[in-house]
Amino acid sequence: MKIVVLLKQTFDTEEKITIENGSIAEDGVKFVINPYDEYAVEEAVKLRDDHGGSVTLLSVGPDRTAETLRTALAMGADDAVLISDERIPDDEYAVSKVLHAYLSKESPDLILGGNFSVDRGSGQVAIRLASLLGISHAGSITKLTLNGTTAEVHRDAEGDLEVLEVQLPAIFTAQQGLNEPRYPSLPGIMKAKKKPFQTLTLDDLGLSEADIQPATKQSELSLPPERSAGRILKGEPAEVAHELVSLLRTQSKVI
Amino acid sequence: MSKTILVYAENRDGKLRQVALETLGAARLIAGDGDSIRILVAGSNITEAVSALNAYGADTIYTVEHDDLENYNPEAYMAAIEAVIGQAKPDAVLFGHTAIGRDLAPLVAASLNAGQISDVTAIETESGEVVFTRPLYAGKAFEKRVFQNGPWVVTVRPNNIPAAEAIEGASASIEDIAYPAPSLRSVVKDVVRKTTGKIDLSEAKIVISGGRGVKSAEGFQPLEELADLLGGAVGASRGACDAGYCDYALQIGQTGKVVTPEIYIACGISGAIQHLAGMSQSRVIIAINKDPEAPIFKVADYGIVGDLFDIVPLLTQEFRKVLVS
Repeated sequence: MKIVVLLKQTFDTEEKITIENGSIAEDGVKFVINPYDEYAVEEAVKLRDDHGGSVTLLSVGPDRTAETLRTALAMGADDAVLISDERIPDDEYAVSKVLHAYLSKESPDLILGGNFSVDRGSGQVAIRLASLLGISHAGSITKLTLNGTTAEVHRDAEGDLEVLEVQLPAIFTAQQGLNEPRYPSLPGIMKAKKKPFQTLTLDDLGLSEADIQPATKQSELSLPPERSAGRILKGEPAEVAHELVSLLRTQSKVI
Repeated sequence: MSKTILVYAENRDGKLRQVALETLGAARLIAGDGDSIRILVAGSNITEAVSALNAYGADTIYTVEHDDLENYNPEAYMAAIEAVIGQAKPDAVLFGHTAIGRDLAPLVAASLNAGQISDVTAIETESGEVVFTRPLYAGKAFEKRVFQNGPWVVTVRPNNIPAAEAIEGASASIEDIAYPAPSLRSVVKDVVRKTTGKIDLSEAKIVISGGRGVKSAEGFQPLEELADLLGGAVGASRGACDAGYCDYALQIGQTGKVVTPEIYIACGISGAIQHLAGMSQSRVIIAINKDPEAPIFKVADYGIVGDLFDIVPLLTQEFRKVLVS
């Protein structure tokens, strides 16, 4: 069983966002495996342990992404591929084409990724890949069972649970609840340093800049208006409850 | 040249969802003079949804009705949508940023070899160019984004774009499109409805959220009573989900759902930065917490320092009085 995990390096969710010279400042920021991709890594490693095969990590990102890929290798993945090239634009249309160029030659049985990335949050890349590769997918899964050439998955659909049987090869994106990601162990970290790690550029994939012209472009970046603390209501609980409801009517006019 | 904009009108159990009208509202913001707005309704029982849409001033409503479309299956739905796209040849396709829209839009975008702008919260035209606003880092930042070329694929976040209003005397031409019945590689075996009759969290106008302070699964009971009374939905912080008090489907935050209701009531939630990212765009924020130093008070319009188990039932009583009168 050949499993590929799509992985993105993102800001730690505890980071505050600041803007410098028109872009998001990265100085001193802690980078992590995108939290949803972490579930995908865990699931892949477990499936490999149960069914045999290999887990390849695949990422598009700047050179610093190597550090995050090493962490995922330390969780138990077998090898990593980082596609790093400054010519790759920040647009899901382009990124999915880059990933497709690599994966179309690999034909994995199973591709796992996160439900969405906590930075750009658009949730497009994995599903676009399913279409480009011409394979099935199920998004936002909370359970995965392999039965030979099919997989049974549970999918979270806005709180409802859908049970699907999907023919492999397929792409699944992980939702919270799928598993508990393990922490890399010290021996795991030592081993990770020696695992195969490939860095590729557009040229290695036979792509040119013209093949991945971005379909969308950022025109402005801003921080949300700062919210300031409002009023603390004081008094006995019953008085406070009465006051709040009347303020919502008279002042905020929301009821 | 005039454009054709295709709106995917999501229905649930045959009923039109509110987000369908908001998606139509988004189409009106994009459309210029002479552009054609068309609607696509797919499902297995769509008569009611189609007739409800008739008065909204679209040129054409395409319908695809088939038993394969009873439950959501991406392959079956894509087959239906591609049949309509073949007919309509749209310049833009719009979805709600819902479980279904998030799943379908990238398939449509890839199939059209098109760009997609996801989770749009505002649409403006600036010097003739349509500009889309969307959150980054779950709302810790915002970007404006434009298309470089066509066709366009867009998903719009529920509760942010004003819903289209019915136009008096309007009626659309209805065109039934045959479902092409592909052989399906995935089969929906079961759908377990946990939310029947409940308001969807991302569409709710009022959200009552619980954190670690609710102490147990039963601790959500007073929050549910208040939500039921107000026609709202219950959400949760990561702390409450991790502690096993509720399902992850309720989680609000940078990992989880982003909500933008009219009223957000945070009960026993301290207000970690990840949680604030998911709810700080709500119109009015109310925080109830025993700890006066809790960071949630820094973003709340109204704060109550106290025990949620005292305050929430009293609030329910007060709201009931107001709603009765």
